[in-house]
Amino acid sequence: MERIPILEMGNCLLVTIQVDMHDRLAMTLQDDLTTRISETRARGVVIDISALEVVDSFIGRILGNIAGMARVLDAETVVVGMRPAVAITLVELGLALPGVRTALNVERGMDLIRGAIQGYEGRNGRPQR
Amino acid sequence: MATTTTSRIPEIVQRFEREILAEWTQLQGAAMGSRRDRARDDELMEQPRKFLRFFLMGMQGAGVSPDLRNPAWGEAREFLADLSRSRAMQGFTPSETASFVFSLKQPLFTRLRQELGRDPELLADEIWTATLLLDQLGLYTSEAFQKAREEVIRRQEKEMVELSTPVVELWDGILALPVIGTLDSARSQVVMENLLQKIVETKSSFAIIDITGVPTVDTLVAQHLLKTISAARLMGAECIISGIRPQIAQTIVHLGVELQGVVTKSTLADAFAIALARRSLTVTPVNHADGPPSR
Repeated sequence: MERIPILEMGNCLLVTIQVDMHDRLAMTLQDDLTTRISETRARGVVIDISALEVVDSFIGRILGNIAGMARVLDAETVVVGMRPAVAITLVELGLALPGVRTALNVERGMDLIRGAIQGYEGRNGRPQR
Repeated sequence: MATTTTSRIPEIVQRFEREILAEWTQLQGAAMGSRRDRARDDELMEQPRKFLRFFLMGMQGAGVSPDLRNPAWGEAREFLADLSRSRAMQGFTPSETASFVFSLKQPLFTRLRQELGRDPELLADEIWTATLLLDQLGLYTSEAFQKAREEVIRRQEKEMVELSTPVVELWDGILALPVIGTLDSARSQVVMENLLQKIVETKSSFAIIDITGVPTVDTLVAQHLLKTISAARLMGAECIISGIRPQIAQTIVHLGVELQGVVTKSTLADAFAIALARRSLTVTPVNHADGPPSR
């Protein structure tokens, strides 16, 4: 079955969506990602959607859901590389993804997430493995 | 009322074509006055000759009926439309343009009187026929003039939409979008697309939307602004609104528009300072007298 690869980079997970998202694929990604976050105790998730040209309300909602689920599992989510047309579509659909962090590209997304993790650990800390 | 279906006008016009043309051209030159330089002299000679030919064709084809929709008047109509369009572009007033047709009356009536003076009834009929026709043609000219002007206005409107929404780069990674004029749906779409495209091109993480030049902000404009800001945020850029005037601040609050989560500053300079600070940049004065800047 078709799957979107999830890469591990340090304590972050990197998901690059290179194909057209259809609903089944999005659901599978949601399952896989939540499983991987809890397995790897990842602190951050970077979702690169720079190759995504078309979104619908379902995909928009899934992106929001993934971010919400990741937060419950103690990981920050950054969506990076959204195209202008996709951004306009999501706003017109009323899906402004209020709880999701965004960045222009993967590099800035990683910086953002490292900053967020450090800030968080500085305050609360988490026992090192 | 013209009771006859045939008229002696075409015949008379043909016979005295040269005299009528000469007088008519002279009258037009006088009517134009200061505008004379705008129309070329050869045009001034050529246009009456052409029109008189089409006028004859129209009269011979359609008779005395002053209905310009008759196909016989097709060429005359087309000629007048062209004339009006070119005069509209050259900046003539509507009356100056319409007087092209109306100034034909005087020379034409002079010839009619000269020829038909012995038969007052016929003369009155013919003058009435000519008046009706020329009035129709003159009105048509005015209408065509108006249409040409409206075309110009529409084109300028379109150009304004395209020209008036520049996105400028203030600093590496900081964009500014000075919005001038009212934001309607069509314009805000162009503004949004321009801004988002530029964010991608320059990899900017800050965009300052300056609304000093926006005369009024209503709920619709505010909604457009918020949409732009949301879209920019989705792409990973933060927006700052600047240039909110006191009246606009009052309107926004009275309308109950929620600008939550949006950073607003009163001037572009303040917004720029915030953007610089967020990027950990500072501006320091250079002191030449003391050599290197001391901090």
